[in-house]
Amino acid sequence: MLSYIVRRILVSIPVLFGISIVTFFMIRLVPGDTVTALLGTRYSEEQAIQLKAYYGLDKPLYIQYLIWIGNVLRGDLGRSSFSGDSVMQSIIERLPVTLELTLISVLIASLVGIPLGIWAAYRHNRLPDYMATVVGLLGISIPGFWLGTIFILLFALKLGWAPSSGYISFWENPLQNLHHMWMPGIALGAAVSAVVMRMTRSTMLEVLSEDYMKMARAKGMSPLRLLTRHALKNAMIPIITVLGIQIGYLIGGSVVIEQIFSLPGIGRLALQAITNRDYALMQGTILFVGFCFVVINLIVDILYSILNPKIRY
Amino acid sequence: MKEIWYRFSKNKLAMTGLLFISCFVLIALGAGWIAPFDPYALGTEMLGKPSIHHWLGTDQLGRDILSRIIYGARISLRVGVIAVGVALLIGATMGILAGYFGKWVDAIISRITDVLFSIPDILLALSIMAILGASTTNLMIAIGIVYTPIFARIARSAVLSIKSSLYIEAARSIGVGHIRIMLKHVLPNIMAPLIVQITLSFAFAILAEAALSFLGLGAEPDTPSWGTMLNEGKDWMESAWWIAVFPGLAITIAVLSFNILGDGLRDALDPKSNKH
Repeated sequence: MLSYIVRRILVSIPVLFGISIVTFFMIRLVPGDTVTALLGTRYSEEQAIQLKAYYGLDKPLYIQYLIWIGNVLRGDLGRSSFSGDSVMQSIIERLPVTLELTLISVLIASLVGIPLGIWAAYRHNRLPDYMATVVGLLGISIPGFWLGTIFILLFALKLGWAPSSGYISFWENPLQNLHHMWMPGIALGAAVSAVVMRMTRSTMLEVLSEDYMKMARAKGMSPLRLLTRHALKNAMIPIITVLGIQIGYLIGGSVVIEQIFSLPGIGRLALQAITNRDYALMQGTILFVGFCFVVINLIVDILYSILNPKIRY
Repeated sequence: MKEIWYRFSKNKLAMTGLLFISCFVLIALGAGWIAPFDPYALGTEMLGKPSIHHWLGTDQLGRDILSRIIYGARISLRVGVIAVGVALLIGATMGILAGYFGKWVDAIISRITDVLFSIPDILLALSIMAILGASTTNLMIAIGIVYTPIFARIARSAVLSIKSSLYIEAARSIGVGHIRIMLKHVLPNIMAPLIVQITLSFAFAILAEAALSFLGLGAEPDTPSWGTMLNEGKDWMESAWWIAVFPGLAITIAVLSFNILGDGLRDALDPKSNKH
């Protein structure tokens, strides 16, 4: 097990290296020189000198990369050219919001998607199955940002069940926090619920047709026990994979949802960086999100091997 | 082919998807004839409710929403065709090369796709747009680049499954060149999974275009793109819900149709997956 985990970590290193190269060279693709790209057209001589020293702009490109990656590895992602704040600090400040939003969405996806998928598979080719298929297709087709907009219109503006924007920290006031977060959570989680539901349904259908399931049924096992103890356990691996992949995408998907609901998370930070052409901040957030994605995939793969000891890399 | 069509035509849901997509393409192509008004023409009736004159109402500048949605289909279709075309061309080429040659070619291409996969699609597209600048052409390139790795992965695994087939070995043994083998023998035999992915990617491309335009980094403002309309409409939600609701509905119907078609095609092209 340990050697598998070590090997799996080693495989992630080239990908992380690749992400750093992409984010590093992305800024070099911006038309014009790097100083103007990073600082805009109005900057002081002092700022330019600082920036040149930070990136080593007078040195060859590979040295510039090595200097930059050295800074990154020490946790220094540079400074925002717009606000002057430390990029790392800004990311850390906004991380809890995105984490909470992601967690709520995954929770909703699991609580809605898995039971619905099981139900659809159990009642295969009957009304619940057809309904689940339609709901699943609708779920993956409705744009999250439209759903969010409709939610605001319906639940915030018409019914007044939730505020249309803003954020209160969970530690400050848990109830107020959830009052603010349930709407964005559902808007972001709807598509994931649909993906999880579709995956649960198809893997459960496969598992339910296995011989050991027929045997368990023949022995008179109750449907609930049959589904939860035998079927779900064996269907869990693909479901966890999908959930894992979705967590990575949720961090990206939060860009739009955080913008609609004015939530101060990483997605909104990235969007601000992009709209302000704040390239240092853009580089930092993309690198951070890519890093999270790789780490989440790593955790999912390790979880795999725990769930199914037969899987080896 | 006949068998595939037979299996496909029996799937009512997929047929409905195909019907909707045909309508979508016809509307997009014939927008100039179908749209009752000029989508850019400013009217005197601002924020007008849906009426007999303006079926889906008018926006904050008095423009007819139905006409803008009809023209929006044209933008979505164009973005879809070009973005998916770019992704297919680059991605399938990368995937075929990786699968066919293996070894270091595969290692390099696979790592590139791994890296591109690690950056969430919307964020990657937004960054490309930030570098290239907001315009419909750049939008198509950005979405195309974002969906390149998925085509590369699918093509690669499809090539790996047929690489050691007798007909490929036979072609190689009589001295047929690599490029000819890839074009004449490999490509036609990996088309099934690619066709399914093309359909599903169309759905993604429409969604991505709308999301990027919604964030103000896609199509130019004023363009009757569904995402731009939604972006403009959200500021008028309280007084005129129709500006944001109808374009969203159009996106949902278009995306849903492509998803249904993709599912149906997958079942028809791969009978093994049809058992459920």
